[in-house]
Order: sequence, then structure tokens, then C-alpha cells
Amino acid sequence: MTTPLLTVKGLKRHFPTAGPLFGPKPTVKAVDGVDLVVGERETLGLVGESGCGKSTLGRLIARLDDPTAGEILFEGKDIAGLDDSSLLPVRQSIQMIFQNPFASLNPRMTVGAILEEPLIIHQKGDRAKRRRRVAELLDQVGLRREHVDRYPHEFSGGQRQRIGIARALALEPKLIVCDEPVSALDVSIQAQIINLLQRLQRELGISYLFISHDLSVVEHISDRVAVMYLGRIVEEAEATEIYRRPLHPYTEALLSAHPEPDPSAVSHEIILEGGVPSPVNPPAGCHFTTRCPYVREMCSQTTPQLLEHEPDHRARCLRLDELDGNRITERFRPISQ
Amino acid sequence: MTSTTTLPQETEDDLPPRRSQSRIVFARLLSKPAAVFGMVIVVMLVACALVPDLIAPHDPYAQSLIRRLKPPSFLDQGVEGYWLGTDHLGRDTLSRIVHGARTTLLVSLFAVVVSAVAGIWAGLAAGFFGGRTDAVILRLIDMQLAFPVVLLVIAIVAVVGPSLTNLIILMGLSAWPRFARIVRGSVLSVRGLEYIEAARSIGAGKLRIMLRHILPNILSAIIVYASFELARMILLEATLSFLGLGVQPPTPTWGGMINDGKNYLSISWAVSLFPGIAIALIILAFNLLGDELRDALDPQLSHD
Repeated sequence: MTTPLLTVKGLKRHFPTAGPLFGPKPTVKAVDGVDLVVGERETLGLVGESGCGKSTLGRLIARLDDPTAGEILFEGKDIAGLDDSSLLPVRQSIQMIFQNPFASLNPRMTVGAILEEPLIIHQKGDRAKRRRRVAELLDQVGLRREHVDRYPHEFSGGQRQRIGIARALALEPKLIVCDEPVSALDVSIQAQIINLLQRLQRELGISYLFISHDLSVVEHISDRVAVMYLGRIVEEAEATEIYRRPLHPYTEALLSAHPEPDPSAVSHEIILEGGVPSPVNPPAGCHFTTRCPYVREMCSQTTPQLLEHEPDHRARCLRLDELDGNRITERFRPISQ
Repeated sequence: MTSTTTLPQETEDDLPPRRSQSRIVFARLLSKPAAVFGMVIVVMLVACALVPDLIAPHDPYAQSLIRRLKPPSFLDQGVEGYWLGTDHLGRDTLSRIVHGARTTLLVSLFAVVVSAVAGIWAGLAAGFFGGRTDAVILRLIDMQLAFPVVLLVIAIVAVVGPSLTNLIILMGLSAWPRFARIVRGSVLSVRGLEYIEAARSIGAGKLRIMLRHILPNILSAIIVYASFELARMILLEATLSFLGLGVQPPTPTWGGMINDGKNYLSISWAVSLFPGIAIALIILAFNLLGDELRDALDPQLSHD
């Protein structure tokens, strides 16, 4: 097998918090040992509740933040410890699309200036060449060339997100980290942006790390999906597989809470009790013990590993083998299925 | 600005016709009486500073022992043509006020520029880098603010002697900490926004982020503050001239004129009064303008 585009190994990001004047300060374990792989022309969906560390993970991979430990192998080269100047060539290949299109564009720069800036920084061609490239980018994302001298405040949310996408495309990246790129948009606009991202992937062969809390959006766009809970990946599989047969109890609960567009469908929502525990002091063993409906004593004594339970379907749970056939959602499943 | 080309597939509606932001701000200012008043006074000041010879009715240096300490022309014993009276050397007060505008504006404007440049750099560095840099700059600010300005100027002028350049530099240095604080605060409010992250993700260096992404977005706060600071500098310049530390006679300065008149207050109050009114009017004008400018630049307030 060839080297995948992106391989993340044991990635950690711990934020120091205010603590006692002396002695060890407590840390927020936002990302706590993540392994994942993104292949070429592939979309990996990353889902999880807010506060689970998925955005931090995205920022680490885009190297907007420094990891505490672990490796980020991009095309086989570890970029986790690189400083600003050595990161410059890597930044061409890894770009980012941000959540809030109203905050991610500099209000004092025209669209043309925003799109030209990456080309200037990376010294791509002369002025005329850069101008042509900007026009090409506007075409690619479905904006008009005449809009090049407009300011961001003159555009709607969807149009601004297109500008953000165009900026990410400017350097012809191989991987784009999309951090909730549609969650700030109207539903009708969301579909347009998702279609745009998919078309760009087909035409340009880009890979996406698609971070979202919206399960249907992720199902639609992803080839594979990883589910994150309290700084760890708890399950990872092909998108169709994970939605059809979630293995980890957390994924099961997450998907059961996801509304079906079929009015006749009977809801078997698993109600999780309590909130997400503090990442400063996560529960021992499996992080999900405090809310898991299948919890046993051993769960808080041993930390489960992300293991392949079925071909290309990994989950982080100790009780998977016994749980088969005894799940809450399965009890409600119609017999005919 | 609409064109008739066919829309590409995913394009949304065309944009509204554009209006330049500066024009909007200017229109808002013109709708406020206080702002208009301020602008009129400032325009008068600038006109006096630029072409005093065209405006002043007399030579500001022409002395006459016969005409000394005359009251304004509209009062008893006033001399025709000397509208605001004359000083102890018989010089025309109005002409001296008009000519004094140049010194006042020159010194305070340059002092504000000096303090703004120093303060903006210090504030940008403190807000952007944070940590130790921030702590050091904050302590410097505290030290500078703890030192009385007038005392500092007296001490330094005593050593280097009074001159226009020295005055400008000293006044500028006395004001940089306030600028630095304003800028630092504004930087902190902008630094965490997504477009700064976006600039980093395309590989923009620290200097580029500070100058191209942060500075333009805090400029309106700086401009508003500068107009208040200008008023402050005019007062400081007048104070220093009054104390004899500023621009030296016979060059007319407003502070110097008040000083000239203070020995004759019991005989002729007019000599000190009118330059005092000029100072008060200009300071009022810049403060009003600053207030209205802050409102006009604030997109949060509704302007109907």
C-alpha cells in the first residue's frame, strides 16, 4: 500500500489551565491520543458533540496550533514539530475552510485582495498572472468576476463561504480541513456549498477532513466517518457502514438521536444522561462510562483501544462482543428486517 | 452595476449597488449639528494655519505704543479695525490669534503623529505577542503615565533648550502610553477572530498579519482616539507656551498670549480672554468631532 496523504498518530493537545501557584497545573485534554488516516481524494467525516475536541484536532492538522505530543505525517513527513518558516511549503498543501463566513474574511480587504494574498505570500507568478488566477478561482466557486473589487460585507453568508473556499483553493492544496463549513448557513445554502465542495473534489482531486456535528451532512459527503468523544476517536468506518451498524454505544446513541425524514419511523432514541464530563478530569478507563447505557465495572478500570472489530470498522469499546444482539435499538427493530 | 451575462450555475442573486463606506460615514456626520459645528471650527483653524496672511487684518508683529492695551473695537475706547483689541505692545490680538493657529496645529498634529506611531507599534506588539512582551510594555506604560508630563518637559527643556522639534517629540512621548493602551485593547478584540487564523493558514507572517489584517481593522478606533488626543495636545501646547517652555516669543502662540496678558488683567482683560476662548473652542470642536465620529463609525448604532 502506498503512503496515505495524511496519517495522524497518537496526537495530543493539552491546554494548561489556571491552577495552584505551585505544583502541577491541571490541563484540558482537548485532543487525547488521536489516530486517523485520510487517503487521497477521500473525505473523512469527523463528528462529535461540541467540546469533544474535533475543532482542535482540525486546527492541529492545519497546524494553526502546536500539538503537545504525537505525529502528523503528511505525505510521509512529520509536520507536527515544524516551526513557522518550515511550515510555509506545507501550508500550500493543507488549507482550511472556517465555520463562520462572517468572521473568516478580513472586512477591510476586497475579494480580489483576499484571494491574491496567498499567491503573494507563496510568490506565485507576477501581478497579471495572479489576477488571472483570482478570476479563475471566482469561476470555480461560482462567483462573478466583477465581484473582485467588492468587500466581504456586500456578500451574503453563502457567497462569503464561497470566497473562503476560493481562498483555500488558491494554492492548489491536497487536503482541506473543513471546520463546520456549513453549520452557520441556511439549509438551502448548505446544500449548495456541499455540492460545490463535492464538485471541487471531483474536478481537483482534493481530500477533505470534514468536521461537523450535523450527522446527515456528514453522511452525505463522507467516504469514511470517525466519531469523536472527549478527545478520542471512539469509532471509525465507511460512512454507509457506520450509519447502518454503529458499534460503539456512543455512536449508537448519537445516531438514534438523529431525526429520520420518514414520519412513520418509530423513534428509539437513546437518551444519554448527564452532560459531557470535563476534559480537565475525564473519567478513568473508557471516557464514556459516565453516560453509557451498557456500562460495567471493568469499563472504568481498563482503557479500551481502537480495535478493528469487523473489516475496516474500528471501535473503542470493551464489551462489543457481548453487546451484539443485546442492544437497546435492536430490541425495537421490526422482526421483518 | 448589473450586467446581463448569464448566471453560472451556483451563483446567487447579484449584489446590491455599492456605497462607499467613507461616504456613508461622512453623510452621517453631516446630519449631526454638533459634528457640523466641530467641522466648521476645525476648517477655520486649518484655514488660519495655512494662509494666516490672507485672514489676519494686521501684521501680528506690528507694535504701537499709542494703541497698547486697547479693548475690542465694539467697546468704548476700542480702536476701529482692531476687533479684539491690542496687547501690551499694541499688537492686534485677532491677527496674533490667527497667526498662532499655525504653531498650535503644527505642534499638536505632529505630537499626535509621534505618539500615535510609537503607541501603535507598542500596542500592536503588546496585544499580538502577549506574554512577556505584553508585560514589559505594560510596565513601561505605567512608568510613563506615573510621571507628570509638565515636570518631565520642564526637566528636559532645561537640558536641551526649547525648540519646535524638541517640543513635538516631548509631547509625543508623553502621550504614547495612552495610544498603546487603546491599540492593545483593540488588538486583543481582533486577534482571536477567524480571519486572523485564516491569514495564518495561508502562511502570512507575523508582520503581515499585524499590518494588513489587524491594523486596518482597528484603525477607526485609533482615528477616533486621535481626535480626542489632538484636543489634549492643543491644551498641553498652550500650557507649555504659557509657562514659557514652548515656542519662544515673538512667535505668537495662544498660551504665550495668555501669559502676556496675565500681568495686565486688572487693566485689560481682553488680552488674555480671547486666546483663551480660541483654545476652548478648538478643544470643544475636536471633542465633539471625536464623539460624533465614534458614533458614525460604529456599525452597531442605527443611523436613521
